[in-house]
Amino acid sequence: MSRLDKCFEGLRETKQKALVPFITAGDPDAGFTLACMHKMVDAGVDIIELGVPFSDPMADGPVIQKASERALAAGMSLKGVFQIVKKFRIENQSTPIILMGYLNPIEFMGYAAFSEQAAVAGVDGVLIVDIPPEESADLLEELKKNQLASIYLLAPTSPKHRIQRVAEIASGYIYYVSLKGVTGAGNLQLDDVRNKLAEIKKQTSLPLAIGFGVKSPEIAAEIAKIGDAVVVGSALIQSITNNPDNAEKAQQEIFNLLSSMRTAMDAVTQ
Amino acid sequence: MSVNKERKRAAGVPDYSFPDEQGHFGPYGGLFVGETLMESIEELNEAYQKYMVDPEFLAELDADLQDYVGRPSPLYHAERLSKELGGAQIYLKREDLNHTGAHKVNNTIGQVLLAKRMGKTRIIAETGAGQHGVATATVAARLGLECVVYMGEEDIKRQSPNVYRMKLLGATVVSVTSGSRTLKDALNEALRDWVTNIDDTYYIIGTVAGPHPYPAMVRDFQTIIGREAREQILEKTGKLPDALVACVGGGSNAIGLFYPFIGDDNVEIYGVEAAGLGVDTDKHSAPLCAGRPGVLHGNRTYLMADDDGQIIETHSISAGLDYPGVGPEHSWLKDIGRVEYVNIKDDEALKGFHDLTRIEGIIPALESSHAVAFAQKFAPTMTKDQTIIVNLSGRGDKDIFTIAKLEGIEL
Repeated sequence: MSRLDKCFEGLRETKQKALVPFITAGDPDAGFTLACMHKMVDAGVDIIELGVPFSDPMADGPVIQKASERALAAGMSLKGVFQIVKKFRIENQSTPIILMGYLNPIEFMGYAAFSEQAAVAGVDGVLIVDIPPEESADLLEELKKNQLASIYLLAPTSPKHRIQRVAEIASGYIYYVSLKGVTGAGNLQLDDVRNKLAEIKKQTSLPLAIGFGVKSPEIAAEIAKIGDAVVVGSALIQSITNNPDNAEKAQQEIFNLLSSMRTAMDAVTQ
Repeated sequence: MSVNKERKRAAGVPDYSFPDEQGHFGPYGGLFVGETLMESIEELNEAYQKYMVDPEFLAELDADLQDYVGRPSPLYHAERLSKELGGAQIYLKREDLNHTGAHKVNNTIGQVLLAKRMGKTRIIAETGAGQHGVATATVAARLGLECVVYMGEEDIKRQSPNVYRMKLLGATVVSVTSGSRTLKDALNEALRDWVTNIDDTYYIIGTVAGPHPYPAMVRDFQTIIGREAREQILEKTGKLPDALVACVGGGSNAIGLFYPFIGDDNVEIYGVEAAGLGVDTDKHSAPLCAGRPGVLHGNRTYLMADDDGQIIETHSISAGLDYPGVGPEHSWLKDIGRVEYVNIKDDEALKGFHDLTRIEGIIPALESSHAVAFAQKFAPTMTKDQTIIVNLSGRGDKDIFTIAKLEGIEL
């Protein structure tokens, strides 16, 4: 059984929902990312989404854009991301890691080389923002060969036929984008999310993660009631942005927010 | 009949049938966007497929092109320039004489009519040199639609007259401060706006890039250039031209001229990229000459990027050519060898600018000056009974400040 499947199975037994933090790898440097990953696990997270920085992050709001710029300025690359994951796996063999990013760096490395190296490093799944199912066949083949989950996005605007298409090829979980917009945008509308999730659940048995606009323990708890996983990104990265010269403080803030989200989520599901 | 077949028939191209239904030009093009945009793009594609063969829509478009844009644009025989070069006869397709001063309006007027039919009330656009922004603000003003134009902070500094024009036309110009603060970042920001305001907003992309159907759709609106030029040259010389020359940034003016001639095997076609300080330096904007294929802004195409796939900053004296990608159809035309892509450096383009201004009394845009400069090199290798059509894609009034500054003159 894959790390991801094992993770969701364990959560079902403990009646918990997955807490999934997103941080950009290499922001502000590789050492910070590695330390932060362990600290987030200590705070009770279940899966880590690691952003692969890209020069043109079209689907991201200003907070993650700046994180990407900082990481690239510090020299982060796809190979650098693999190094971070490898080092993380020395101490932690159980927390699933998902790489999230844009297609071009992977195109340049080549789908086969990317998939092989990701699997060797200890990556569990891949979410590429700008590759819809229509263009995915070649990449999917390589991911499958290397037992990497292929995670896809669904949106408030996704009609039935697109949900169907994603349900057919996705593995691991499906990431539901809770609002029309970019990452870190305004507040999500819970009723809309609830209705759309019900529609999606009719077409897939995969766990549903919800992200974009999850900012507080209160929202995390509300999401935990209706979805299988809660993704939080910009709200964490804001701590890195706010503490450019104080890594310890940034990590502590991230730890505190995730801990309170964990508590709030468990309070409504257990 | 599909849009493709209809357009092909109109263009007289029997054997060339691209893109396919998913927007692929061979391995290039396609639809590489997040799920959040897919539904809007499908909606756009349906409207495009429907209206591009709708007689009423096409009649309205034709009437606007004639009475508002001022088409057909002349095909002008540049006799003095030809004589001075001592080779082929150079004909200029005068897109600089269009309303707003460039070819860009051919596309914006088509897309805004589409937006109106789709019931959209808000128009957004990205712009580099500001020509597309002005052309978009113009057509939005005419239809009374709200208009927001994204422009890199750097470009706003370089092209302040166009920024003021857009504001006069009632558009909001948003300064983009992310990334390299140029055209590519303006495009990113426009995409972010679109995904946030998807219900009422229509995104008018200014070149033959972006996700399907934009490369095909923008091409279809721009082929008016080549269709007219083909008729005009036949009328003036009784034969097809021996060569076509156009500058290539994103490549919309070029594909507009080239497309109706693609099936004419005896017509040589040259696309001119901006070599900046030289394609052997890191200061240029020539992905077809010196880049490699990748994925950016919704399509697979030749790009300027580092070994890790990060898009790199480009350079050209002309803001309109300063883009790290290129329309996917150009990538395909390069690979199949139908079009030869060459490059012209900043200083060569400047010489072309001055020469055309002094010899023919026509001030060309710095973008178009790249095409002029290549024709100056190429014409002398041909005979006097041969002909070249150069696409004079825009006028140079917007560039006089840049030129003056280079020459140390304060305007």
